[in-house]
Amino acid sequence: MDLNDKIVADTWAKSFSSAKDLPKQLTSDHRSFTSFNNQQQQKKWEVSSILDYNNRIQPPFPEFNHTPEAPRNHNSQIKGPDREDMQSNEKPDNKRFQEWDPRVMLNNLSFLEDKIHQLQDLVHLIVGRRGRVLGQSDELATQQQQLITADLTSIIVQLISTAGSLLPSIKHTLSTANPAIGQLGQLGSMLFPPTNSLNGVVLQQNSGGSKVSGQSNQIDLTVNCGTEQNYAAEEHDPKDDDDDADEGENLAPGSYEILQLEKEEILAPHTHFCMICGKGFKRDANLRMHMRGHGDEYKTPAALAKPNKDSSEPMLLKRYSCPYAGCKRNKDHKKFQPLKTILCVKNHYKRTHCDKSYTCSRCNTKKFSVIADLKTHEKHCGRDKWLCSCGTTFSRKDKLFGHIALFQGHTPALPLDETKPSSLPSDRTENNESKLGNIGFNFSASGSGGNAIQNMVDVKGAVDDPAAYFSPLNFDPCNIPGFHEFPRPTFEESDGFFSFPIPGACNYNQKTGGDSGSNDLE
Amino acid sequence: MSTMKRQRSDKAFNFTPFDLLTEEIVFLILDFLDENPLDKKSFSLVCKTFYAIESRHRRTLKPLRSEHLTTILSRYPHVTSLDLSLCPRITDSSLNVISHVCKSNLKSVDLSRSKFFSHIGISGLALNCSNLMELDLSNATEIKDSAAAAIAEAKNLEKLWLARCKSITDIGIGCIAVGCRKLRLISLKWCLGVGDLGVGWLAVKCKDICSLDLSYLPITNKCLPAILKLQHLEDLVLEGCFGIDDNSLTVLKQGCKSLKTLDMSSCQNVSHVGLLSLTSGAECLQQLILAYGSPVTLALADSLQNLSTLQSIRLDGCQVTCSGLKAIGNWCVSLRELSLSKCLGVSDEGFSTLVTKHKDLRKLDITCCRKITHVSIAHITNSCPSLTSLKMESCALVPREAFVLIGLRCRLLEELDLTDNEIDDEGLKSISRCSKLSTLKLGICLNITDEGLSQIGLCCTRLVELDLYRSVGISDAGILAVAHGCTGLEIINVAYCGEITDHSLMSLAKCPRLNTLEIRGCPLVTSLGLTSIAVGCKQLSKLDIKKCYNINDAGMIPLAHFAQNLRQINLSYSSVADVGLLSLASISCLQSMTILHMKGLTPSGLASALLACGGLTKVKLQACFKSMLPQPLFEHLEARGCVFQWRDKAFQAEVDPKCWKLQPEDVQ
Repeated sequence: MDLNDKIVADTWAKSFSSAKDLPKQLTSDHRSFTSFNNQQQQKKWEVSSILDYNNRIQPPFPEFNHTPEAPRNHNSQIKGPDREDMQSNEKPDNKRFQEWDPRVMLNNLSFLEDKIHQLQDLVHLIVGRRGRVLGQSDELATQQQQLITADLTSIIVQLISTAGSLLPSIKHTLSTANPAIGQLGQLGSMLFPPTNSLNGVVLQQNSGGSKVSGQSNQIDLTVNCGTEQNYAAEEHDPKDDDDDADEGENLAPGSYEILQLEKEEILAPHTHFCMICGKGFKRDANLRMHMRGHGDEYKTPAALAKPNKDSSEPMLLKRYSCPYAGCKRNKDHKKFQPLKTILCVKNHYKRTHCDKSYTCSRCNTKKFSVIADLKTHEKHCGRDKWLCSCGTTFSRKDKLFGHIALFQGHTPALPLDETKPSSLPSDRTENNESKLGNIGFNFSASGSGGNAIQNMVDVKGAVDDPAAYFSPLNFDPCNIPGFHEFPRPTFEESDGFFSFPIPGACNYNQKTGGDSGSNDLE
Repeated sequence: MSTMKRQRSDKAFNFTPFDLLTEEIVFLILDFLDENPLDKKSFSLVCKTFYAIESRHRRTLKPLRSEHLTTILSRYPHVTSLDLSLCPRITDSSLNVISHVCKSNLKSVDLSRSKFFSHIGISGLALNCSNLMELDLSNATEIKDSAAAAIAEAKNLEKLWLARCKSITDIGIGCIAVGCRKLRLISLKWCLGVGDLGVGWLAVKCKDICSLDLSYLPITNKCLPAILKLQHLEDLVLEGCFGIDDNSLTVLKQGCKSLKTLDMSSCQNVSHVGLLSLTSGAECLQQLILAYGSPVTLALADSLQNLSTLQSIRLDGCQVTCSGLKAIGNWCVSLRELSLSKCLGVSDEGFSTLVTKHKDLRKLDITCCRKITHVSIAHITNSCPSLTSLKMESCALVPREAFVLIGLRCRLLEELDLTDNEIDDEGLKSISRCSKLSTLKLGICLNITDEGLSQIGLCCTRLVELDLYRSVGISDAGILAVAHGCTGLEIINVAYCGEITDHSLMSLAKCPRLNTLEIRGCPLVTSLGLTSIAVGCKQLSKLDIKKCYNINDAGMIPLAHFAQNLRQINLSYSSVADVGLLSLASISCLQSMTILHMKGLTPSGLASALLACGGLTKVKLQACFKSMLPQPLFEHLEARGCVFQWRDKAFQAEVDPKCWKLQPEDVQ
């Protein structure tokens, strides 16, 4: 969720709201681009075929060339109408989904617009220079091209990350970026492979525009191939797809295809979007479940089936590269170790190259960049109940033992609840008093437990509610006051926060025979 | 004391010789009055000077009520040792008072039977009493690790008892281990929350530990290496540590060199193999306790034969083989103490071999060794003339002639337990030659009569304890002789000796030290006899008059008046009614009462008596009273520190006294 504020805070902030400018660039050059909207084709499209498609992206393009509608009309030169188009398309959407603040969106769009303008100026400048200095070195040209590529990529990615909610009737960034496609939103529940083609198109267009030979177009294409799989892939339990899952894999360098996603694609929160209402989902299966609510045609076994099972065509092994230069998982690294799946890429990138912005609300010290990691930690947080007086915590008692045995002056520290007077023997009725003490204790424990649960609910709400993605800052602040309000949560409560075991306090009663035996006089 | 009192009163008017004595000298005199706490009390009551001297002299206090702590602590400013085990109720505020009044004077506190305090009170003690060296918190089942952390503040603590502190865990023990580095003795018996790690911490941090009681802890072999590395460890108790087994023990390279006493009772998983590795290297091991453990076989006996300094071994309750006993007999050492109590398989053959080799035996326990006969007794008496203690309860096959041998040959006997044996008057007459005899138990000896007992009373003048439980041949004459001869008698049990009458009690009243009297089931005894006891035996603290049907309120009133030291009384089946019970409230020490099947007792009488007896800690009542009296009453009493035990036993008629005798056919 913080993905978004990160992006906002990032270098890409300027280009944030230029979404509407993108379509014209995308469509201006590549004629086959809008062919994706062809309904007939969509039905055939399974994830596997998408992947195939990406490998040989050019040949099938002409086939899909029958929808020359709105996108055709868009030209990079005609800015005004395009912008209007865009806005007119968006407004109904916004009305339909009241949780999206149109003003915020407008703001974003104008940001994006500015960014596009800047880029346009830059390209103009380059073109102008090129005309004057013909003998310019190839290096400079390459640099310029890379600069523009980077800028464009940033814009696109910005668009991707916001598109899901900005233009809800469209499934993907491409469609989001393209208002015409947005109008064709009734097409069905197909999955789009747009990001790939989007990037490829952009690059081609870019290089074409600047008259520089696209040196890395091919690579970028393959890189972007990953995106579809990303979108199509079921999101697994993060534990299964650990970074190191493929550590031991020994694939010959040429035996697999290396794909590389861009940072922003990796960080995009949702990868599946409802074509009708625009709601975003992390998993394809969730989307399909969701689609059932839009009509009977989505309830057929075919529509509910997992899409990519019937691919019989042998595929080249795919492995992924981390876009972060210098990373061992980056394909340029000397000892490159590829990542196995998209999810691996995502988790690896977040864990390794992103800020750890999820703070555990219990211990307030541990931070994570992957929310699943946070949840895993929270399950065990506080279980590190073996405390030393020096403040070190241990998950296992024997570790604490070793620590205490080793260091002079260190003492095992009691868990916080121990130091509270849990049973106050009184002058009058001892039993009642101690019960009272326990009740008080339970209350505080359950209070904090409830609080933790509340936090968890907040997290969940934020995950499920698309709107929450765009106000991610709400997440942390709502945790913090809860944390301070109650005593530090104690261990065990994640299991049963209302039944905190107080050893001996309640179970052992003064009245038992053994105790009375102690009163025997000699 | 009485002579001193008289002197004092004679010369009180002008000059007293005590004015010449410096306080130091009087202190030295007072040091000799330790034997009986009441002596010092008498001394202090003589005059104001004596009172003041005694106040300054006293170092130990054992108060009965916590209410008066402030006053008694200000009266005795130099108290270093405080035993609070008699106080039914010790709260944090009591401990607070103690810690602020005694401050660094206090060295020892016993809270072993106290309730109602928490870690706050302990914390105050530990912080204010910086010289605290001994702390007994046994039976404080409620205290938790927080209390252990509070104990850890007592940096000078040397001895700590935490028996049955079930809520303390490893963490608490860790705190104590780190905080109390000077610990020399620690008892963790029944601290079920403490495992290897806690014990390990103790062993790692407290290098001075001499005595370590780990009975019934869930420990395994993991903590043993660290324990055995303790340089000064002398006393190690591993009783009932089921987690310790042979496999773990054999790994140990060597045992503890300094170990003197090792208790491996009830360690069922340890056989001779583990024992061998544990005791190897224990060069000065003196006492070995292997009760209820693995069978005493040849292998076990052989594995222990290298213990060159062994003096005492207890094999209670073990399966014993003849060859095992013979092998013990072949040890090079000469044992001083041997206990084969309740051992199965002790035969004349093996046992005789054993005792003929160990001629230095001082203490021998062959309780319930039912197979031995006069052969064994002959060997014992022949080869062990220096026996001081012989316990041979229920040796049913030993004929009456054999007991004559004991008296003939073992003249040094001080303790003799012949309960449930065939001994007769001839035997008793012979035993009366043991002039040092102080404890004699003759329960269920149906063959003895007044004749033999009179001889005992005549000769064994040092007798302190006499048990005649269900020895139905005894009557007033025998008791009379004993009471005349053994004026130092402190404990006597004549329960179910039906012929006993008030005459016996009147004669026993001449034994001023008598503190325990059991006349249960003596229907001929009346209130008159009890009155004479109450008048004569000022130190009476335990009295059992169950089934003395002729004792009624008339006996209770003088008892309540005179027996001001009475702490425990059993009144079941007696004819005592409301008035008598209520009168007992004037005995401030009274802590324990058993009140079952008392026909004359009404609920309201019981209620008023219970309320009036402020120091009660334990009351056994018939279950029917539970519903007859209001629940808040019991809650109130429980809050005062009283524990109720409800019994729902039917009225028991008296049975044939002979049935208590173990019949030969009962022995397999």
